[in-house]
Amino acid sequence: MAGPLSAPTKEVDPVVEDGTNPDLPWQAIVWNDPVNLMSYVTYVLQKIFGYPEPKATALMLDVHHKGKAAVASGDKDKIEADVAKLHAAGLWATMQRA
Amino acid sequence: MKGWKKTGRGDRQMIVGDFDPQEAAVLRGLLREVRQMLEGRAAEAPDDELAEITGIRLGPTKRPADRIVARLLPDFTFEDPDLAAGLRSLHEPQLIAAKLEVNQHMLDTLPPDGGRVELRPEAADEWLTGLNDIRLALGTALDVSEDMPDELPPDDPRAEHMGVYQWLTFVQDSLVHARMAVREKR
Repeated sequence: MAGPLSAPTKEVDPVVEDGTNPDLPWQAIVWNDPVNLMSYVTYVLQKIFGYPEPKATALMLDVHHKGKAAVASGDKDKIEADVAKLHAAGLWATMQRA
Repeated sequence: MKGWKKTGRGDRQMIVGDFDPQEAAVLRGLLREVRQMLEGRAAEAPDDELAEITGIRLGPTKRPADRIVARLLPDFTFEDPDLAAGLRSLHEPQLIAAKLEVNQHMLDTLPPDGGRVELRPEAADEWLTGLNDIRLALGTALDVSEDMPDELPPDDPRAEHMGVYQWLTFVQDSLVHARMAVREKR
């Protein structure tokens, strides 16, 4: 992710609660890419999933540092719709079985 | 363009930015290029009589050959090629339509000779998406990587376009921050 203009200033809870529930069969994964801005990825996660800013920021940082993060889980139809929304926003996202 | 600013309160919150003529021309040129790529891809959709009857439009099952278009329209899954093909065919027409819509919205709100752009929060969301699409297109064309230096050596053929890319990064980042400053009624 590109971040020179937008280094997060807020302290983030070190316990990263990811956006997933292991009991749900599909996950939406967001992958790191060199173009999408850290600020924009955070905003998109807030907007699509309604996550509060600290959670969206923690997921964004996971994508940035670990290369990917599971941002949502659910049944196939829900995750398919989530991935379509993430693609519409320009994030690099895929779905996989949890 | 000196960045976006939030103005007003409550229902009158707006996000305002000024573009000089050259900036507006660059932005409009990029928007039209991305538009042509997406329209070209839409034309690859199979001609299907059933689609005309049912109104359900299906797109191609294959990933775009062009790497820029492929970045704008990624695969839905890596796990299963058949599932990826099916989901692409099912979702791609709507994704292209959504991207063309935000692209057109930007062209409609950006004065051709430059000037002030005033956006309601929802319109700022469309601008964020449209700006991101042109940054994805240009960034892919330029092979942008995370460890790339801010300035390329002058003999690098990408050096000139890199300045445009970095300017777009500034415009988008500034708009994200202005948009996040808008207080929504809960």
